[in-house]
Amino acid sequence: MGLYKKFFLIHLKSHMTYRSSFFFLCLGRLLLIGNLFLSVYFLLDRFGTVQGYTLPQLMLCCAVVLLSSSLAECFGRGFDRFSRILATAQFDRILVRPRGIVFQVLCQDMRLSMLPGLLQAAVMLAWAIHGGAVVWTPYKVLVLALMVLCGAAVFFGVYLLYAAVCFFTLEGLEIFNILSDMPREFGKYPYGVYGKGVLWLLTFLLPFALTQHWPLQVLLDRAPARYGLLPLAALLFLLPCALLWQLGVRHYTSTGS
Amino acid sequence: MRTYLAFFKMRLLAGLQYRAAALAGMGTQLVWGILEVLLYRAFWLENPDSFPMDMAAVSAYIWLQQAFLSCFALWYWEQDLFDAVKSGTVAYELVRPVDLYGMWMARSLALRLSRAALRAGPILLLAVLLPSPYGLRCGVSLPVFGLFLLSMALMLVVVCAFVQLLYALSFHMTDATGMTTFLSSVASVLSGNLVPLPFLPEKLRTFAALTPFGSMQNVPFRIFSGDISLADMPAALGLQAFWAVALIVAGAWIMRGGVRRAVIAGG
Repeated sequence: MGLYKKFFLIHLKSHMTYRSSFFFLCLGRLLLIGNLFLSVYFLLDRFGTVQGYTLPQLMLCCAVVLLSSSLAECFGRGFDRFSRILATAQFDRILVRPRGIVFQVLCQDMRLSMLPGLLQAAVMLAWAIHGGAVVWTPYKVLVLALMVLCGAAVFFGVYLLYAAVCFFTLEGLEIFNILSDMPREFGKYPYGVYGKGVLWLLTFLLPFALTQHWPLQVLLDRAPARYGLLPLAALLFLLPCALLWQLGVRHYTSTGS
Repeated sequence: MRTYLAFFKMRLLAGLQYRAAALAGMGTQLVWGILEVLLYRAFWLENPDSFPMDMAAVSAYIWLQQAFLSCFALWYWEQDLFDAVKSGTVAYELVRPVDLYGMWMARSLALRLSRAALRAGPILLLAVLLPSPYGLRCGVSLPVFGLFLLSMALMLVVVCAFVQLLYALSFHMTDATGMTTFLSSVASVLSGNLVPLPFLPEKLRTFAALTPFGSMQNVPFRIFSGDISLADMPAALGLQAFWAVALIVAGAWIMRGGVRRAVIAGG
């Protein structure tokens, strides 16, 4: 953990060296998420509610997805660029070092452009709370924390899956972006809005709904309290991902000289 | 003119080589389209009376967006050209005996067309096969279809001319990133990329339709989906033509000034 902190500081410093480009990166992010908010706002301004959700309630949903995807992107960035790590034979160097493989890949790159995301998520959350979206209890705070953390874990699982497939294809498969980009982009609404088919897919196959749609029902008093623990079940998704990753590492043959 | 045509053809053929990327892009676009249609469906079922367009028209709009993404997406500019201006390698382009503006315009048009050519067909085909209010209905009359094609061509010119304006402006600043990120997010709202313009609040919609952004995807897609009546089409097309000319004139003028001012060091 101490080592991880050290790597984090290194990346922080390297980002801060190019201050103006970092600033513009953040500004771009801020505007991008601002647009995401506007797209929800314009439609809700016209319709009032969608499937009974009001604007503050949707803000809560947006904030959760934004937080978990920002966290995953910040810390799992190394996996996102895994095809490059393989292509440039950096993976050989990783294998010979006396530290965990996953740990080292995580340390390769960290993205601090998640900062504006965190900031905006905080604003949205504040709005949701101020707008009286939820009657808070200690249990619900716990559920909210679980949603964010387990949501980040599922995003992380998708990154891991992507990296594992890279072992076999040796290049990044763009098609995998669907698995991480779509849930993030469309997670601004509870997945139930898209109909039963999508909800089932995202519950049993790619369990993003377990960290978003179902526990959200608990926060809004629409479902029994036990649904609030479903985010923990989403962690099961990490098992097959980790398995495939192991398989990939075993499959790896260096081209080294 | 022949030089530009040759340049256009060269770039078009180069763009058509990227078939694997096109396949991945197509998959993304398909899933994106389906989710988007499902989202508007939820709003439509919630309250059909506050829906400013037909559901079928919204679906058509969404599917045309997915199919022709590369024709209107402002963020499909070429970072290479911004970098060339910044680093000074633009000198290699300037020594050629052709006008920089015309050459880059041909380049942008070819790039966008080649990307659309690879992606549009299968997406449109699948969209036509979808059930009634959620797919792409194709019951447009021949004259309307003609106007749609004309409007598509104008859209492509307006979009490329706008991006040319950005390249031209980048001659006058050290780093174009701030400008491009800001403008692309403004454009996303005003062009009807975020939500179709009829869904915006009244005042904002009127304003957006008059800006150059309103002359992009907003016009052709709504002509095809039947959301713009035949009587309103001449005005919309006229505005598109106006912006196409205005942006080209402004862009060429600014670029000429930029090139004259530009100092490139090195031997």
